[in-house]
Amino acid sequence: MHDVVVVGNGMVGQRFVEALRERDTQRGWRVTVLAEEGRPAYDRVNLSSLFDGCSAEDLNVVAEGCYDDGHYSLHLDDAVAAIDRTARTVTTVRGRTVSYDALVLATGSAPFVPPVPGKDRPGCFVYRTIDDLDAIRAAAGRVPRKGRRAGMVVGGGLLGLEAARALRLLGLSPHVVELAPRLMPMQVDEGGGQLLRRQIEALDVTVHCGTSVTGIEEDGDRLLATLANGTELDVDLVVFSAGVRPRDQLARECGLDVGERGGVLVDDACQTSDEHIYAIGECAAIGGRAYGLVAPGYDMAEVVADRLLGGAATFETADTSTKLKLLGVDVASFGDALATTEGALEITLNDPVTGSYAKLVVDDSATMLLGGVLVGDASRYPALRPLVGRPLPADPVAMIAPSGEPLAMPDDAQVCSCHNLSKASICAAIGEQSLTDVAAVKACTKAGTGCGSCVPLLKTLLAESGVATSNALCEHFAMSRAQLFDAVRADGLTGFTAIIETHGSGRGCDICKPAVASMLASLGLGHILDGEQAALQDTNDHFLANLQRNGSYSVVPRVPGGEITPERLIVIGEVARDFNLYTKITGGQRIDLFGARVEQLPAIWRRLVEAGFESGHAYGKALRTVKSCVGSTWCRYGVQDSVTLAIDLELRYRGLRSPHKIKAGVSGCARECAEAQAKDVGVIATENGWNLYVGGNGGFRPRHADLLLRDIDTDTLMRTIDRFLMFYIRTADRLQRTASWIESLSGGLDYVRSVIVDDALGICTELDAAMTRHVASYRDEWADVLDDPDRLQRFESFVNAPDTPDPSITFVTERGQPRPTLPLAVVS
Amino acid sequence: MTAAPILEAWVAVCSLDRLQPERGVAALVEGLQVAVFRTHDGVVYALDNRDPWSGAYVLSRGIVGSRGDVPTVASPMYKQVFDLRTGACLDDDTVRVATYDVRVVGGYVEVLRP
Repeated sequence: MHDVVVVGNGMVGQRFVEALRERDTQRGWRVTVLAEEGRPAYDRVNLSSLFDGCSAEDLNVVAEGCYDDGHYSLHLDDAVAAIDRTARTVTTVRGRTVSYDALVLATGSAPFVPPVPGKDRPGCFVYRTIDDLDAIRAAAGRVPRKGRRAGMVVGGGLLGLEAARALRLLGLSPHVVELAPRLMPMQVDEGGGQLLRRQIEALDVTVHCGTSVTGIEEDGDRLLATLANGTELDVDLVVFSAGVRPRDQLARECGLDVGERGGVLVDDACQTSDEHIYAIGECAAIGGRAYGLVAPGYDMAEVVADRLLGGAATFETADTSTKLKLLGVDVASFGDALATTEGALEITLNDPVTGSYAKLVVDDSATMLLGGVLVGDASRYPALRPLVGRPLPADPVAMIAPSGEPLAMPDDAQVCSCHNLSKASICAAIGEQSLTDVAAVKACTKAGTGCGSCVPLLKTLLAESGVATSNALCEHFAMSRAQLFDAVRADGLTGFTAIIETHGSGRGCDICKPAVASMLASLGLGHILDGEQAALQDTNDHFLANLQRNGSYSVVPRVPGGEITPERLIVIGEVARDFNLYTKITGGQRIDLFGARVEQLPAIWRRLVEAGFESGHAYGKALRTVKSCVGSTWCRYGVQDSVTLAIDLELRYRGLRSPHKIKAGVSGCARECAEAQAKDVGVIATENGWNLYVGGNGGFRPRHADLLLRDIDTDTLMRTIDRFLMFYIRTADRLQRTASWIESLSGGLDYVRSVIVDDALGICTELDAAMTRHVASYRDEWADVLDDPDRLQRFESFVNAPDTPDPSITFVTERGQPRPTLPLAVVS
Repeated sequence: MTAAPILEAWVAVCSLDRLQPERGVAALVEGLQVAVFRTHDGVVYALDNRDPWSGAYVLSRGIVGSRGDVPTVASPMYKQVFDLRTGACLDDDTVRVATYDVRVVGGYVEVLRP
């Protein structure tokens, strides 16, 4: 057993731990992590999302269970104070001494604050940790809400523009001050910088390039900043984000070699001048150069994990490619973006009309791609980046032309740089594991789960692999569900025969028939058991109950919001007792009654309907339940009446047929007892109203919902959910839950928001009207069946012996309740 | 000497108009459960009602349709598809359910007792 001590628990330090944990299956290494901060590793790249609805927990990057086994321990808030290289021990500020066989320095970097007079005044901050952002948020909260609120960001690079985004999210108008003549001078050239500046200034960000801050004075309760060009800025707070410096103090103090411009000097094995000590990430100077990006840090982490297990991995050239959305503007930079290679040639396409700028850098013979810059439209980044260092596959002008053909990628091209996955390895996984969608590729290969920039490329690879290319519903309809829905809506057809004769072929199947039935129901075209529609329904919809494995059915009355009177509970109990039904409480806060035979269903429902119950649509691809916690009425911590809202929502959307089941939840406070974030539509009460989350689900691939809107009033909430559901119903594929629907839309959640909040497609009036129609036309399906002898006739066991029970359905008693004696299957 | 002709035993199960096009019903024929279907073109088929994949008597509750030119029913339990004409499972050629002779006489659907 050897000991490795990791100094620092940032993204790179954590990555090292997980890389070692994955490979060291024999547990030859015991790992001790000593961290300065009080919380485990988090995503520092996306800090500004803390002001956009994310919690600190959402940014956590530590794999579940990483420190659960005795070989891996993490000590927070206990920074290393000194290294004793002779004794091979480290000592922490709390006095802990730990000995090591290998020591990994992952101390990261510190913000660089230029020596400006006044830089330490109250109201001046740096931008590096969650604590820094908490302090900035607290200061912004103290700024009076009246009048113009402004903040100054010192530094116009990647980090500076992230900080500007954070200030904007806090409601401050940002000023960005950059010493270089353009924004993002490290990544973007002059032309791209100009376009970036124009687009960012359109977003209420004032840009001051080619100048610097000369002083910060107090001015009443505000700050007065003076720039070298004479400009004076009245601001409420200042954020320094002008770059970082490697934190190499520990290494210096114990005599390790450091780089000329700082950073612990390491070789291509990430080994320092002491063979027992490694350095990775932003504190390391590899070949004398430190990298302020996470991707090279991850590569170093993998190298050291490999070396500790006897491997010979080396750090290859760093990929400093970047693609991000800065304040909503796409920016990508890859390879030799600034054309520093001798003889490099540049091909530039600058389109001020569409607001896009693209540049490719090629070698002096114009045969090899060296790098490039994309601003405004970075959709070509995933295809272009892997081509760096390779012969140009096409005319470079055509490669960046707006109408150019998509590019083919070589097999060994790196697709996911965060997890270092090539096109070949991802395509192999797609083939071997029969992956059919992006979510499955992500789960199986981890591709696209880091920065997410390669997700569009994963779709392309799926298409190239021959899967997911056909969106045909089934052999009878060549179009997708959404296309068929539009067609049916447009030509007003109401019968399956007419629809399949117009748009399809054959006589349908168990895929397209329920899909068409769902569309007709969504469009409000009569009872689901009327006329030809009855023949389209899956057995659950046909008997308005859920088929169980022995051929019997279960019955679920609606219990809106999970609130039920003692009288109704008694009725359910009596019905269950009288019909010998097994009862179980569901996860959706209602009661499921199992073991009913088809011919019993009407009698059961007559009792339930008389007591005021309605169909719970547990059998349908429809709204199931709106789960709620008890809310402010009873709970000491509740801030809103979650039960009333849940009941209102459930009664509003009951009976709404959709591409898949829809679940919703309402929590009365941030403690989230209703688990609303695991629902397609989740609502969480805030002091000021409601936060609306969408796209969550449990099941096979659990997923938390994403924040769509925050602090909205009840009317806005209802209107937004109306539109979300109707837009989903119109455009999703068959059996596609909201999560994968959102993921499948180009632009994802932002696109959904633009359609249903900003009305980017101009369809909101239509969506609102469709929901109004649904609400007005809702009728209880079971009550309608009981009133109609023709519909009742379907509920018989045998057409020639309607009251004879199916003799194969029998029960034994278990724990005081019936349990089916299972039928014997012929085939297993 | 020739054997006496065996009387064909046709059992009437319901009137034809009880069979909704593309939907099945279950019938009891001498204690056997038979699934009777009527397709869109008016042809009537009868299969054993037992779904061999689950053992439950539910085939009559499946969705009727077509695969290529074959008239089909999909089991409502795990969705395997069967040829209404032959009882063959189209998703596994080792599996087949029994078929029954069926005819329509005088507006009544009759199943031949096996």
